[in-house]
Amino acid sequence: MAAEAESLAFVMVGHIDHGKSTLIGRLLHDTDSLPEGKMEEIEEAARAEGRDVEFGYIVDHLREERERGITIDTAQTFFSSKTSGRDYVIIDAPGHKEFIKNMITGASQAEAVVLVCGVFEGVQEQTKRHAYVVKLLGLDQVMVAYNKMDQVGYDQARFLEVKKDMGEFLGRLGVQPTLEVPISAKCGDNVALRSENMPWYDGPTAVEGLDLFRKIPSPTEKPLRFPVQDVYEVDGERVAAGRVESGVLTRGQALRFLPGDQLLRVREIVQYGRDGVERAEAGECIGLVFDQADEVPPRGRVGYPEGEAANMTDRFRGTVFWLSPAPLEGEGAGLTFKCSTQEQPCRVAAIRERIDSGSLEHLPADAGRLEETEVGELVLATDGPVVLESFYDVQELGRFVLLRGRHVVAGGIVTHTQDAAV
Amino acid sequence: MDHLTELENKSIYIIRESYHQFGKIAALWSIGKDSTTLVWLCTKAFFGKVPFPVVYIDTGYHFQEMYDFRDHWAEKRGLNLIVARNDEALAAGMGPESKLECCTQLKTQALKDCIAEHGFDALLLGIRRDEHGIRAKERYFSPRDQQFQWDYENQPPELWDQYSAMADEETHIRVHPLLHWREIDVWRYIQRENLEINPLYFARDGKRYRSLGCRTCTNPIESDAADVDQIIEELLTSSTAERAGRAQDKEDTYTMQKLRALGYM
Repeated sequence: MAAEAESLAFVMVGHIDHGKSTLIGRLLHDTDSLPEGKMEEIEEAARAEGRDVEFGYIVDHLREERERGITIDTAQTFFSSKTSGRDYVIIDAPGHKEFIKNMITGASQAEAVVLVCGVFEGVQEQTKRHAYVVKLLGLDQVMVAYNKMDQVGYDQARFLEVKKDMGEFLGRLGVQPTLEVPISAKCGDNVALRSENMPWYDGPTAVEGLDLFRKIPSPTEKPLRFPVQDVYEVDGERVAAGRVESGVLTRGQALRFLPGDQLLRVREIVQYGRDGVERAEAGECIGLVFDQADEVPPRGRVGYPEGEAANMTDRFRGTVFWLSPAPLEGEGAGLTFKCSTQEQPCRVAAIRERIDSGSLEHLPADAGRLEETEVGELVLATDGPVVLESFYDVQELGRFVLLRGRHVVAGGIVTHTQDAAV
Repeated sequence: MDHLTELENKSIYIIRESYHQFGKIAALWSIGKDSTTLVWLCTKAFFGKVPFPVVYIDTGYHFQEMYDFRDHWAEKRGLNLIVARNDEALAAGMGPESKLECCTQLKTQALKDCIAEHGFDALLLGIRRDEHGIRAKERYFSPRDQQFQWDYENQPPELWDQYSAMADEETHIRVHPLLHWREIDVWRYIQRENLEINPLYFARDGKRYRSLGCRTCTNPIESDAADVDQIIEELLTSSTAERAGRAQDKEDTYTMQKLRALGYM
């Protein structure tokens, strides 16, 4: 059997109508990744509805999307690069401001970003918002595709002009693009095939640009964290099930579970169909049986290596992206904080900064509210203690959502695990 | 960690999250390769025994091999099997003259009745994003309202591994632990785990089924792939769509969207 190909997920972001879905269609078409009959099906659908064939139809599958010519929800498609042999998961994200929650849903599953910018319009509100969001989510591999070069007569001067604007904006965010490539998704220039219309550009094509993305290593090198997901009874024994979020866990190891401060020794690492498992690394779902058989920690407790100081807190700082049309007001009555398997009622102790995600402008923070698509630097206070990490140290325990009732209203990252008294 | 192990762990995490969140949960098992893989992942997630029922929707038009495989596997794995069937529609002579109507009555309605009877608040399904454009839009946790409808224009946000709980006005949540798998991944996993699979997938007399449904609406493909290794070889060189043999995808461009909006799997 051939060696298994590496797989990498990237999200396609950018302003409405700058050609994200068209670029995906073009990528699939020019790399021979469409199933037989797909183009014919799309041609027929277009004919039946009396409109031109659009590559965007390949991913914009909802009738409403095709009728309105926009992407409403995020979708994922697959293709393989013939040059690198790598498999890609393409996450399409809608460019409309009203669908920002769908864009974030897509971006939160990605390892890298293709930022699409139509050169006719240049850098627009959603271009900026999307770039800011992916940066917030910790995605720092960004390729910029300057699309619709055909509309400006493949003019190098226009390309350089938009590139300069983009450079200034990305510079403010601290983003250094991995590649900036002028393309036409509609005509196929520099997507998979080198363009003859832009002899002034001799850099990689967009597909070659994808191959420049690095695979993000799993956090095996980081300190061990094991949040308990659930407790099951297996053959009369109580097993703490969970996923190793970071680091490596070994049989015989002593773990301290927090909150609650239980010190337990791992007697057995349980995986169905395997005997005598000696170690489990980041990403593995396992079960643990302890020497102290009646002291199984419940869901929400986090296992640490014995002797390591834990970041246990009930007051911390985070950067929060507000996703709900109902704004955050005051302390945010009825909010629940969720990080990994931990869940605690929480309140907003302070709004330190309030930022318009489309312009990066600072808004008055003293208004005591945060509107949809705004970003806030918040101080959060939970009812009970939680175990957190700074997002920049261990992502898996540094990212969270806020629920109101049972709806997710915000996503955020932990910037400081403690908040010195304000 | 290799690719298949990564896919497996992500699925197991989702299965365990759904089991934790929902009191009454069941897995939908169509006897096909994906849902058989799903049931196997549930077995692994809970260390050997699936702790909830497995629902089989009997349209009355399935292949005999599917019924045989169902009974064999259910016994071997000790599954708590529930068979859902719209006897009323079958007695009234429902058949595939109109695919939208037939699928809705014999699959969606049968499932609705089963959910109502058992009070399930969540269902695990083995659908995958690469099967159909409309499935590419799904979330891992996907709410269905009172009318069983999928509000695909207004899906809840799903960040990282935080999956949404059920809101009060919703009847149940569809959970899709295999969403991120591709067809080839499923076959490689079946190969790696040495999973027993329905024999209809293997070629006989130059034909095999690549996707399984009712015998009235499912066509075999030309193939000589008679075992799992050969199927993987075939997939690596084929450019035909997986569901090319499934009639309900074809009736009109948006049949699948309509079916799914009405609660179809």
